[in-house]
Amino acid sequence: MDLYLQFLFSGLTLGSIYALIALALVTTYNITGILNMAQGEFVALGALAACTLYSAGFSLPAAFFLAVIATAVVGGLMERLVINPVRNASNITSIIITIGVSIMIRGLALLIWGTNPYSLPAFTEGGPLKVLGAAVNTQSIWVFGLLIVTVTGLFAFMEKTYWGKAVRACVINRMAAKLMGINPYILSLMAFIVSGMLGAAAGVFITPITLATYDMGFSLGLKGFVAAIIGGINNVGGAIIGGLLLGVLEIFGAGLISSGLKDAVALIVLIIVLLLRPQGIIGVVSGRKV
Amino acid sequence: MPRGNLMKYLFIAAAGIGFVVLPFVLKSNYLLSIFIVIGIYALVVQGLGIIMGYAGQVSFGQAAFFGIGAYAVAILTTHYHWGTIPALLAATVLPSLVAAVIGRPTLKLKEHYLALATLAFGLLVHIIFSEGGELTGGPSGLTGIPYLNIGGFVFNRDYKFYYLVWAVVVLVFLGVRNLDRSRIGRSLRAIRDSEVAAEANGINSAALKLKAFVFSAFLAGLGGGIYAYYVTFISPAPFSFNISIQFVLMAVIGGLGTICGPVLGVGLVVALGEALRWLVPLVIPHAGGEYQIIFFGLILVLAMIFKPEGLSTGWRKITDSEKAEETGLLETSANT
Repeated sequence: MDLYLQFLFSGLTLGSIYALIALALVTTYNITGILNMAQGEFVALGALAACTLYSAGFSLPAAFFLAVIATAVVGGLMERLVINPVRNASNITSIIITIGVSIMIRGLALLIWGTNPYSLPAFTEGGPLKVLGAAVNTQSIWVFGLLIVTVTGLFAFMEKTYWGKAVRACVINRMAAKLMGINPYILSLMAFIVSGMLGAAAGVFITPITLATYDMGFSLGLKGFVAAIIGGINNVGGAIIGGLLLGVLEIFGAGLISSGLKDAVALIVLIIVLLLRPQGIIGVVSGRKV
Repeated sequence: MPRGNLMKYLFIAAAGIGFVVLPFVLKSNYLLSIFIVIGIYALVVQGLGIIMGYAGQVSFGQAAFFGIGAYAVAILTTHYHWGTIPALLAATVLPSLVAAVIGRPTLKLKEHYLALATLAFGLLVHIIFSEGGELTGGPSGLTGIPYLNIGGFVFNRDYKFYYLVWAVVVLVFLGVRNLDRSRIGRSLRAIRDSEVAAEANGINSAALKLKAFVFSAFLAGLGGGIYAYYVTFISPAPFSFNISIQFVLMAVIGGLGTICGPVLGVGLVVALGEALRWLVPLVIPHAGGEYQIIFFGLILVLAMIFKPEGLSTGWRKITDSEKAEETGLLETSANT
């Protein structure tokens, strides 16, 4: 029983990271209609930048904020340089572009940081907490906290601010929102900047547990996609549930069957969901415009 | 005979003679092996081009079908000692069957869902290759694939392989050219331009897309089977996600929905890869060959922004308008 509880906490920690990445993906998708395949690379960039800054003598909070800002700049640049110029292109064009950006970033990260893993200390010292007989890492608490703060912040932004309402209007009907004087291109830029920030924050928070490598982004980005698709690609609440669910499934799959199959779990879940319920487990089918 | 056509036939004849004498001119086996790889990749990318260019669907799993073909040959020849013809047959039938099974549900998915489904499929197949134990040889792969042997003629030298590969490429090229000009080719293009309009005109888009998907897997498997015979040793590495991306890059660079595009795209990307292998270490001293992926990414992005229709379309457009002029159809085609 303790073992299962242990798996559950590990799964929720991992799942929180997936949920954060999925949130960024869903936000971008809702605003721009683009699946950003480079989202995982934002996670890697944030994590690696924070490691470098920390070892250069910055304090942990300073390294965190600088890494988040730097990655936000990368996200903004990506939107201006390659997304905005092809804003009227087909889905296939934009998805190929984001894949191109992702392999470029991964290659550059390899060039800068090499293949060695980097680490950060846990944010707070002290041994694991005992919860109902299972050991919970203090860093896991930080990760849960990040997810809760992000979701609360995003919710407040969407409900309370002008720009949040503009985003929601844009999601419902882009053309009508445009006619009401909302500039979708600024929203698109914002989406990529926020994606960069969210990705980097997730990357820095997970590094004390998993270490940071140049190629961590590919697998994390893919898991984020699976999480987003489990929840329904345009559903914010679904992305969070999807992320947590995927994290738990993976840890149980790896713990009970075989650790070599950890990555296969996400792929199999993705294929099953796509085949049986492409609208996500809590999504609704909407009509398609021609 | 119109001047344009004469030039075209002269060009084709020159290219044909060039290809036939090439092995005699090339003194290095290294260059010859590059041309063989270009031919093999051209088969795979021709298949991808049909899915992307004609049916308008992107697939990030083409390397998986390529790999299934290669592993079919490797497993059947090393474990079960099959002959060349049945092994190559299996290398094409097996990927086609897999494509038919997974294609039916996945092709119903729209655009980016299909992209993700094929991506997941590709990664999953790659995991199976490396976790397959004794059957696939695991991460280190399978060695000792015999030489390709057709009726006692053994393809044990590179130049023999070169002629074999390019003969197959030419056959496939002619086949696709016929397909392009047939009812099927026109129907596929109609689906690409507007699936709803195509269906309203009586085209069964689901069935046709499935056929295109299966055919593309067939070509990838054929390429994979020949590849396994050529290198006589395979491991999971040449069938990874990065290779799928390279196939997409080749198809996009060459020009989607064109017949010459795949060969052109493969040639350019392979040449670029070889050039980068020389150049990158000169610029960045400690860099290895893996950094060429940065440039592939950059070129992919630039191509999609500035020339999403590919490099071979300029030529195709000219010949199309010439043809239209001959038959007096320019007016109507300009209006549509």
